[in-house]
Amino acid sequence: MADFDSEVDLSGLSASASDKAELQRMLAVEQQKAQFTAQVHNFMDVCWDKCMDRPGNKLDSRTESCLVNCVDRFIDTTLTITNRFTQIVQKGTH
Amino acid sequence: MDGFSSDFSPSGPSNSGSGKVDTGAIMEQVKVQIAVANAQELLQRMTDKCYRKCIGKPGTSLDNSEQKCIAMCMDRYMDAWNIVSKAYNSRLQRERAKM
Repeated sequence: MADFDSEVDLSGLSASASDKAELQRMLAVEQQKAQFTAQVHNFMDVCWDKCMDRPGNKLDSRTESCLVNCVDRFIDTTLTITNRFTQIVQKGTH
Repeated sequence: MDGFSSDFSPSGPSNSGSGKVDTGAIMEQVKVQIAVANAQELLQRMTDKCYRKCIGKPGTSLDNSEQKCIAMCMDRYMDAWNIVSKAYNSRLQRERAKM
């Protein structure tokens, strides 16, 4: 995931420092929203294939809970792998 | 989306002569651009997924059942999107509460 703190280059804009700071703040909010949306798209890529059979008239509750579990287990997997990878790097054994 | 730079150029809508920058107008424009990009992304991904689900063997035209399948698939894709979005959001909140 990209960092949340990256600032947009506003050097080409002739504006007061306070206006620029205000813009920077609002852009950061939009950037976080965009990051959230991008992550949902990623989950959809994985979880749609995992949970969806033939699309019917409505989502059944089994598919719904599959989707919710899919998101949570994907995040768990990310955390587990990140932690284990960190341990491996710290030990320097591999 | 390509870079923001063109929209922040001094000749842009940001300062219309007065030298005062309308941050509201800039943000409005940013939000419109993001909304368009989001819609394009959703369309593209939905097309990809629903094509895979509904078109088994491409025939000489989209037949009736394929069209029905595509319509249902679109609706279910958006339902699923909302569920996934909610699930992710509540997980973020749970993780934040842990900290």
